Amino acid sequence: MMPSAQLGRLSIAPPTAAANLTESRLIAGLLIAVAVVYLGLFLVVPVIAVFAKALEKGVATYWAAISDPMALAAIRLTIITAAIAVPLNTLFGLAASWAIAKFDFPGKNILMTVIDLPFSVSPVISGMIFVLLFGAQGVFGAWLMAHDMKIIFAVPGIVLATVFVTFPFVARELIPLMQAQGNDEEEAARTLGAGGWQIFFRVTLPNVKWGLLYGVIMCNARAMGEFGAVSVVSGHIRGVTNTMPLHVEILYNEYQFAAAFAVASLLTLLALLTLVGRRAIEWRLTAEIAKPSPRRTQEEEK
Amino acid sequence: MNSCKDKELVRARKMRRVLPGFGLTMGFTLCYVSLLVLIPLSTILLKSTTLSWSTFWGTVFSPRALASYRLSLGASLLGALLNAVFGLLVTWVLVRYRFPGKRLLNGLVDLPFALPTAVAGIALTTLYATNGWIGWYLDLLGIKAAYAPLGIVIALTFIGLPFVVRTLEPVLQSFDGILEEAAASLGASRWQTFWRVVFPELRPALLTGFALAFARGLGEYGSVIFIAGNMPMRTEITPLLIMIKLEQFDYAGATAIALLLLFMSFTLLLSINLLQRRLGKLAFAEGGGT
Repeated sequence: MMPSAQLGRLSIAPPTAAANLTESRLIAGLLIAVAVVYLGLFLVVPVIAVFAKALEKGVATYWAAISDPMALAAIRLTIITAAIAVPLNTLFGLAASWAIAKFDFPGKNILMTVIDLPFSVSPVISGMIFVLLFGAQGVFGAWLMAHDMKIIFAVPGIVLATVFVTFPFVARELIPLMQAQGNDEEEAARTLGAGGWQIFFRVTLPNVKWGLLYGVIMCNARAMGEFGAVSVVSGHIRGVTNTMPLHVEILYNEYQFAAAFAVASLLTLLALLTLVGRRAIEWRLTAEIAKPSPRRTQEEEK
Repeated sequence: MNSCKDKELVRARKMRRVLPGFGLTMGFTLCYVSLLVLIPLSTILLKSTTLSWSTFWGTVFSPRALASYRLSLGASLLGALLNAVFGLLVTWVLVRYRFPGKRLLNGLVDLPFALPTAVAGIALTTLYATNGWIGWYLDLLGIKAAYAPLGIVIALTFIGLPFVVRTLEPVLQSFDGILEEAAASLGASRWQTFWRVVFPELRPALLTGFALAFARGLGEYGSVIFIAGNMPMRTEITPLLIMIKLEQFDYAGATAIALLLLFMSFTLLLSINLLQRRLGKLAFAEGGGT
């Protein structure tokens, strides 16, 4: 494959310049070697290490660490948190991208900057702001205490911090996609008498479904893996406010390395699955964009 | 139902908007953004107004805080620089060459985006500790990686890895080979072509990726705290200092330092935006030219 591909590239160039158009085999080989070592060292080796350390003490220990009641509680809380945060942010992402991509209004750039804000805030600060709001000394602290409600060091705080941190994922994916697709199809549907929801469900949603899924997958990965922000608001109460990443931290700090890596290996699997899903969607997405629109409607009919 | 629809149509016409749903989606968006981002973030400003200047300066410029900025800025800068150099090389290799395992490596580049930071933290610590797979060899050379500033640089390099590659990739992919051919047929060596023709085109994207990695490194917490050792004055990053102040219920001190950290990240973010605007202008000028 390699020689033919190179030949293909070379054949475009005039023969005299061909020698200077690509790196010599030696340089190319050297560059590939450096890149492979760099990526291998930083990406492949850590992943292998997680699984190696998780299984170091045998499958029985691995299984015991995962089926431990505290680990199960952490898994449950992580799933609950993501199950609240991801749909909320998906709904928001759809609303925000509809408003921003389909309409013109003053202050659009400011709104988009604000939506991006959580990405540029340190996770620790993301957690801190909710402590300042709802903590014992916080703005609503006294009121919450009087009504016997707990947000910080409790599940609601974890959910809030996760929603904040994963806030932009879906919106960021959908806004440029909807902007690129324009309003033509929606306006055509409108002139044919379709209502707002009809347009949304039958025209817009099918057009952006892969982008939407892409955003949801990334949002979910971050929601399940968030550490810093959740760590600030959780209070680390075992079995109650421990998410999977926090459980990994506790086990690790107690020198239960095999158990820590066992739980970590589940999160690593999730990350790898996310990457595979992301790739598959990216592939669909480029196919979708390249595809002429009549075929798109055909597919919908199927 | 019908009259409602008519009213909506009239309103839509009045606002010169053909599509419905602006009020609903915009209203929901603004409510959501205000409740979940603007109000929570503004509590930092609110809290900081309760600080006296002396407490603010005292906390923000205490020796321990200053040491943490030096470390956070220095380690993220080094990590981002490493990523700029190797990211450029990796992007070049992934875009221009074919080799076995390329698709796998290309897919793995995004791993730091998807892997929980705590998992990255414990994995890197285990690798670079003196009894770890890599740390053992470094130890033979007399280099201490884990529980030292070098460990922080390693963690931040891992975290920032995708930024440079993913910003450069589309630019290099769409780079016009004709320019390279022209340079080569005019007698430029391969290195001259790269340095004088290709690199200037990549520079804005490279800078953007660098700044993004830098900004991400400044605020990073999860992957660093395991490998850092967390000794005050020596290996304590700024986000950890905020965390420690919060754990001691020193909310005023935490807010003061958070404000400074936010200021640093926003300055970086702003410079990225300005850069991208320049980048957009350049692309536009080029598109107009051809």
